[in-house]
Amino acid sequence: MIPDDHILTEAGMALEPSGGRILLIACGALAREILAVIEANGWSHMDLTCLPAIHHNHPERICDAVRSAFRANRNDYETINLVYADCGTGGRLRVLCDELGIEMVEGPHCYSFFQGNGDFLERAGDEFTAFYLTDFLVRQFETFVWKPLGLDRHPELRDTYFGNYDRLVYQAQTEDPELNARAADCARRLGLAYERRFTGYGDLARTLERWA
Amino acid sequence: MDDNDEDDIVLSELSDEELVPQMFDDLYDGLKEEIEEGVRILLDRGWVPYRVLTEALVGGMTIVGNDFRDGILFVPEVLLAANAMKGGMSILKPLLAETGAPRMGKMVIGTVKGDIHDIGKNLVSMMMEGAGFEIVDLGINNPVENFLEALVREDADILGMSALLTTTMPYMKVVIDSLIEKGMREDYIVLVGGAPLNEEFGRAIGADAYCRDAAVAVDTAKTFIERKHNLLAAV
Repeated sequence: MIPDDHILTEAGMALEPSGGRILLIACGALAREILAVIEANGWSHMDLTCLPAIHHNHPERICDAVRSAFRANRNDYETINLVYADCGTGGRLRVLCDELGIEMVEGPHCYSFFQGNGDFLERAGDEFTAFYLTDFLVRQFETFVWKPLGLDRHPELRDTYFGNYDRLVYQAQTEDPELNARAADCARRLGLAYERRFTGYGDLARTLERWA
Repeated sequence: MDDNDEDDIVLSELSDEELVPQMFDDLYDGLKEEIEEGVRILLDRGWVPYRVLTEALVGGMTIVGNDFRDGILFVPEVLLAANAMKGGMSILKPLLAETGAPRMGKMVIGTVKGDIHDIGKNLVSMMMEGAGFEIVDLGINNPVENFLEALVREDADILGMSALLTTTMPYMKVVIDSLIEKGMREDYIVLVGGAPLNEEFGRAIGADAYCRDAAVAVDTAKTFIERKHNLLAAV
């Protein structure tokens, strides 16, 4: 059972061992998507545990959290894979994975691997003024964007943060009109043009398939 | 601070010894109008602009910076404090040159190509100005040519580059490699900063130093400038 978004944000998702031989250690912001891919493919040999999604806003916490989760579970699985991209760690996560002998998802962040890393890179020259949201981040916009940036208390700071952006691109993993409307509202609040782009699970699904 | 206390305070009625700590509090609370008023009062009382800058504004901003470093203050509060300091600086800036404030050196600064995140760069620029450095701010999304051209044109001492993204930070190496190719690298102190960077990255790309925050950038720039002056004096 998937915890609600608040729990995924603050605590992540505890492991419920099913006797699988592969463990995925993932960002809580990816829990729904990973479970959807696992379920669609019937990969009963894959277990999932998630670290708090709020580490997205504190990349300096990711490596220690990954190391702890790896140590806690390494004796119970044949293979452990990490469902994080670099995610603002400045290459430290890659160094850690090499040290632990585990694989991680290629790319700089989830915006890139949902889009597909190749496609994201190709668009980078034209899109570096885009601010991205995923399904999870649209649902958790207040917790991940609005409140941590202090915009609930100091809306006058909006242009200090977003003045150099020109659009919000909602990378939709699912077809959900309600999320589309909420994402459009996020764009309005940030003073940005809005674009919805269906990405599905992109390189995430392809990576999980390779690991399965 | 209690709102009632705020209402009771009339800045112009405070002595200098009371006003400066009050300005520290106002800066901490991001009260731009109060900071501007405090600056004007001190100038009217005969303080030279450089003294107002260093004792009232930089002194207050140093507290803000320390509390940010220690996890007591967060980005929104720092930005509000910076905005308040900017208000005070805008009054002082034209006066500083006229009154012979000491000049530490000149820095060309910008975010690298593909990167539009300028909050850190702007904080560094402001604190460097506060420390007596002249800043040539190239803004955001700068290709290598912008940096090289500005360094020569401005006869700068320091190059400051900033990047927030893992994808854009390697461009700093492109700029440094271009400096090396053109035989210009030794002419400049190169400082780099940005959230995903670290000291190891700074060393790997050939920068002189990685600066984790604005206060460190100021201290590092001062150290390198002093070293440069000592070297020149020894020649």
